[in-house]
Amino acid sequence: MGKQVPIVDYLVIDDGEPHLAAWESVDSGAIYFDRRNGDAKSGGTEFKRRSLGNTGVLRSFTIVHRTVPGVPAPYVSALVDLDGGGSVKGNLLNVPADPEHVKLGMRVRLTTFPVGADDDGTEAIAFGFEPEGKA
Amino acid sequence: MSTDSGDNVWMLGTHMTKFGRYADTDLMDLASDAAMSALRDGGVTIHDMDILAAGSLFNAQAGVGQQLQKQIGQTGIPVYNVANACATGATAVRTVYMAIKAGEADMGLAVGVEQMGKGGLLGAGGKGDRGRKVYEPSGRYGSVMQVEGLLGTGLMPGVFAQAGMEYAYENDGVGFEQFAKVAEKNHAHSTLNPLAHYQKQFSLDEVMTAEMMSYPNTLLMCCPNTDGSAAAVLVSEQRLRSLSKEQQRRAVKISASVLTSDPWTDRAQVQPDVNTLTRNAADKAYEQSGVDPQDLDLVELHDCFATAELIHYDNLRLCKPGGAGQWIDERGPWRDGQIPVNVSGGLISKGHPIGATGIANLFEVATHLRGEAGDRQIEGAKVGLTHVIGLGSACAVHVLEKSGV
Repeated sequence: MGKQVPIVDYLVIDDGEPHLAAWESVDSGAIYFDRRNGDAKSGGTEFKRRSLGNTGVLRSFTIVHRTVPGVPAPYVSALVDLDGGGSVKGNLLNVPADPEHVKLGMRVRLTTFPVGADDDGTEAIAFGFEPEGKA
Repeated sequence: MSTDSGDNVWMLGTHMTKFGRYADTDLMDLASDAAMSALRDGGVTIHDMDILAAGSLFNAQAGVGQQLQKQIGQTGIPVYNVANACATGATAVRTVYMAIKAGEADMGLAVGVEQMGKGGLLGAGGKGDRGRKVYEPSGRYGSVMQVEGLLGTGLMPGVFAQAGMEYAYENDGVGFEQFAKVAEKNHAHSTLNPLAHYQKQFSLDEVMTAEMMSYPNTLLMCCPNTDGSAAAVLVSEQRLRSLSKEQQRRAVKISASVLTSDPWTDRAQVQPDVNTLTRNAADKAYEQSGVDPQDLDLVELHDCFATAELIHYDNLRLCKPGGAGQWIDERGPWRDGQIPVNVSGGLISKGHPIGATGIANLFEVATHLRGEAGDRQIEGAKVGLTHVIGLGSACAVHVLEKSGV
């Protein structure tokens, strides 16, 4: 297998099972996926890396039909409350993109998938979620 | 309700252009029309103005206020060019309001204008492919490519769909049909408003079976990209008392003017929290004005999408907590309901020229309070509220009251 990179740096693919990691404010416990100069909750400036859970609950979603050029549709954009803390946005995969199959409150788990390769052959890996019961 | 303590700020004149598509008109034509008409409406001239605040979000670096002065009068007064997302127009009004409150001005003009054209979907950002493709992490998320559609959506119809579905997750009796009923109402209301971009009625079934944009928002549940301008002349109470009885009669009191930003909440980094800052603004406005939500005769709120309007019923305390679905089912926000909401047709049908929107909703409420709204008049309207929210986020709420003169 060639080289792989995560699509964003809060997806960890080189340390055991793929998972999400965030910056946790030492002061307030607030977590951030992006680099912050200070904690928007407390004003503190000290952060530590924290791994997040791989399962959670579908808190909200939309089924995107009309989008920008190059994005296949329809697809499900999902907001997931992760077990153990943290909320994240990602696509809901391996389920038909219709309101009969996508249900608020359903249990989901993290999954990863390749989204392309660059001219050096490096493969980018993205994350999404799928219903917890899926094999 | 608030007493006339003598330091209130009043709306003396106001105007909005018809909203629509103006391919053969430029930004200054629209802004000049709104500004000059608002001055005329107030019975004053540009020479009476002590301050000008102007907003046009897509022209935030263009000095729109000074450009406008070249068309309507270069009098040397201070100009504030403001940009505050979809709250840009309301922020211009509040800039003039604060100058009068501070005693630096007796009278001022606020103008909002936007030419959206056929702008397409707003909210897509990120990286384009240029030349040789090499994945290099960049930016604060260390992303190697544009993530729209790969890690969920940041496009506006989807963001506000998700905001609505969060409300559905937390509250019973809210679903696709309740959201669609909002659009059914606003399209129906717009048929009475000649200033609306669209004035066409649609059945609930037509709303629900229209092209799906981002479930549960169909095309008829999304605001269109619209061109237009709106303006307001504000005056101190002391100065107003020196004007004619007719000017005093038509003036509208600004009983509350509030601007908030989004305080930290735990999920807002992935899904903008449009609720907390709206609730904070509304609560402060009710406190400032002494007006109770149940006193309101009409509300113009920020229905950029039908899902947004529904949740703001709750955020603005128009319905009982958690009861927005039931409230639309009971036709509470229809023009003949408990508290009429968006009798102008709202952003969904009237249109949403971003810089103008926050002044146009003040124009709408003021026009009803003056009893000048024609076919769409809410009879006997004495108190109204306006609300806008822009992502980022900024929220403005104003409470307006009819003159006692």
